[in-house]
Amino acid sequence: MQDLASTAAGTDRIRLLRVLGPSHVWALGVGIVLVGEYMGWNFSVGKGGMIAGLMACWVAGLLYTCVAMIDSEVTSTVAAAGGQYAQAKHIVGPLMAFNVGLFLVMAYTMLEAANAITVGFLLDTVAGMQGQAGLHQQPFIVLAIMFLAWLNYRGVLATLTFNLVITAIAFIAIVALFVSVQFGASAVPLDFSAITSDPLPYGWVGIVASLHFGLWYYLGIEGTCQAAEEVRSPARSLPYGTMAGIMTLLIAATMTWYICSGLMPWEYLGQAGTPLFDAARVTGNTSLMVLLFVGTAFATLASANGCINDASRAWFSMSRDRYLPSWFGAVHPVYRTPYRAIVFLVPIALIFALGAPLDQVVTFSILSGLLGYTFMTFNMVMFRNKWPLDRIKRGYVHPFHPLPTIVLLILCSTAYFAVFLGYGTQLSAMMCFYIVASLWFHFRRYKFVRRGDQFTMPWPKPQGY
Amino acid sequence: MWNLLEYAAWALSALFGVLMVADLIRIDITYDNELLISSREGEIEATAERHEI
Repeated sequence: MQDLASTAAGTDRIRLLRVLGPSHVWALGVGIVLVGEYMGWNFSVGKGGMIAGLMACWVAGLLYTCVAMIDSEVTSTVAAAGGQYAQAKHIVGPLMAFNVGLFLVMAYTMLEAANAITVGFLLDTVAGMQGQAGLHQQPFIVLAIMFLAWLNYRGVLATLTFNLVITAIAFIAIVALFVSVQFGASAVPLDFSAITSDPLPYGWVGIVASLHFGLWYYLGIEGTCQAAEEVRSPARSLPYGTMAGIMTLLIAATMTWYICSGLMPWEYLGQAGTPLFDAARVTGNTSLMVLLFVGTAFATLASANGCINDASRAWFSMSRDRYLPSWFGAVHPVYRTPYRAIVFLVPIALIFALGAPLDQVVTFSILSGLLGYTFMTFNMVMFRNKWPLDRIKRGYVHPFHPLPTIVLLILCSTAYFAVFLGYGTQLSAMMCFYIVASLWFHFRRYKFVRRGDQFTMPWPKPQGY
Repeated sequence: MWNLLEYAAWALSALFGVLMVADLIRIDITYDNELLISSREGEIEATAERHEI
């Protein structure tokens, strides 16, 4: 194995390893997201009823299909660690890049914390079923974060191969539940009578409100492009893995809604902690119960694992460009991972996991994700305007431009409104945080950035410059 | 049993933490910092693909 890369100037440099394939990209994207099928999405049913839950599932699916298409085109060209951060830096400018980098780190670190909290909750549930009330969740929350951080520290190939296995098992568990119920394995038949008897319990505004939690089905699929610098063939692997990922999630989301809505009353489903596991319990089939419990645990771990991977790459990339202290931009000479970034983000995740309520952590993660999706809309327009199709080669060209961009912008605006309905204070606080951070970057930090070094892509000049 | 698992979880957490921090310190002492932060985005891209038609 080649440990160091020699440059044209003759100096030795350490770089991240290019060892990943499309399946790892799929495992990264779906692994981060699939936990949303196991929990969280069902609050959309609570906000607006069964039909609203299904509409949220498909509208959010459309939003994320646009995200996946746009992301696939841009990232197949800007194949660098940091994903959307690197895209923003090259296409929009440094201040946008700094903000996008922060969106990424916040979204993934918060999601990692939320997953760790869920691990503790799951074990508490199991302990309760065995008659052990009042389990201390903290050691298991800490262990989940420390183990996955250590795995990430040791190398990206092992990390994402682990993710591939546990994500595949979690997805197969959903398919197995769907097939089993369809073939009569459930003691309780599917019942969709609420669709006609109580179609929209909170009216049309319930559909808008449900969209907030509909995002949970797919939130994080854009994380695939953080692997850009570690895949063997970015132009092929990233679009392939991302598009396969969104297709997997659309199938899993629809199956999940169908099974859970058919087996449980919407009033219960709308506030359930682990809806798929609960659906398996309703069937009365012990094998399905065990399988869905394993699926829930694996989906949660896969999500936290992918989040550590993505947050550390974003932090590393920003530091490498000196948007943050360059100390964090180090690569491990043996494992070839951004090891300082990984270790630095561990205590931050622990603070949120041990000290903040789950719904607040989740909301901050969603808000940071939404801000990132909004950036993608004008980023895509600027990319096509500055570098039209005949100027640079793309690994993937998304169809119907600018229709996906317009759809994405409209859906993002609707989602902001939906979030504002339930979490207006958090939305305002988050915006204030990013404004203050932007001011700090502009007036205090940007003077440390090596301005010529950060724009390194071997692209032709933008059109019109 | 769950009480023992709680202690085991604390112990394993500490172990993983110590492994990471000890390795980080060892690497930082062994290697020159300039080498460790020498990764460059454009260089990697340039060696992998050319965006020309």
